[in-house]
Amino acid sequence: MNSKRYVARSSEIAARRLGDEMMIMSGRDSTLFTLNEVATAIWEAADGSTALDEIVQRKICPAFEVELEVALRDAESLAEGLAGHGILLLSDEPFPPPGQESK
Amino acid sequence: MSGLATAAERFDVVIAIGGLPIRIRVDDPAFLRVLQERYAGFVISPRRARFEFEIDLAPPGLISEDEDVRVRRDSGRWSLDRGDFHAEWDSASARGRIRQTANPYSIDAVLRIVHTLLLAKEGGFLLHAASAVRNGRAFLFTGVSGAGKTTIASLAPKDAVVLTDEISYVRKLEGGYSAFGTPFTGELAKVGENIHGPIAALYLLAKGLENRVEPVSSSEAVRALLSNILFFAADAELVQLVFQSACEFVGCVPVYRLTFVPDERVWEMIA
Repeated sequence: MNSKRYVARSSEIAARRLGDEMMIMSGRDSTLFTLNEVATAIWEAADGSTALDEIVQRKICPAFEVELEVALRDAESLAEGLAGHGILLLSDEPFPPPGQESK
Repeated sequence: MSGLATAAERFDVVIAIGGLPIRIRVDDPAFLRVLQERYAGFVISPRRARFEFEIDLAPPGLISEDEDVRVRRDSGRWSLDRGDFHAEWDSASARGRIRQTANPYSIDAVLRIVHTLLLAKEGGFLLHAASAVRNGRAFLFTGVSGAGKTTIASLAPKDAVVLTDEISYVRKLEGGYSAFGTPFTGELAKVGENIHGPIAALYLLAKGLENRVEPVSSSEAVRALLSNILFFAADAELVQLVFQSACEFVGCVPVYRLTFVPDERVWEMIA
């Protein structure tokens, strides 16, 4: 990753943690996604203001004992995949807090 | 049977499926009789219904073979389309209009769609499932076509009342989830009994070489449930509601995988 990337959960989804899995349904096309533990940790940390590399460093590497470089690459790939389905938002800038989005 | 309209005399019938009465007005007494026969057991005496639909009958030639269902919402007004009908429904006024031929299958489809919309708002759903009430408790059996819904309904013992062999009606009521009988039939072609009972269990059906009941994980149960819930609307808000309903249902109702040999002994495991 050459620059900071920020991730935020889409508001057009419904999500529920069931056991170790996070189930997410897209409100756009009703597609159902199931996230594993690592993906769930990234999903839950995707607050729009924390950069993806910080999430990986603080949440993923310590908890799952994975090398930073590998974890970053996987996280980037995951984020882009989820963004492609519209359930995660991806940006080079932090997202404004809820209620302060530009019209 | 009474009713007046500006241009022609209208007749009405109130059909209460899942305890939700919908008044249907038509100007053709012959079609009214068709409806009364089709929904026998679910017709209640004319009184104030929660929802109303006027049916405008179209000549038989004015239908197409298009089987795709399109359900959209625009400014609180729903439009429901398939080749054989066009319906519009205003959820605020609870009134709607259906343009269709004198085919009971068309109004059947409209009613199913309308009930999915109504149920989504209150935490319930229609499910591809057979269901039956036994000893005061309801049991649901879901699965894809061929999984055994009709088979298990046809094997039900005498002390079980079959609610449907095809589409189960699930409502969230005070105190839990209840299953209601429906007139929506599958291969059994037998209208369900218009009764309801608290849901004791949901079984995911699979035919096999022995009878076996196994618990399933919550996530597997939600996946199975969502894949069998009837839902037609391309509407993000309602999709989210249906997802939450499925999760809440699985949190309240035990879900099992039921592998069974298709004979009556399977019901010895249902209690």
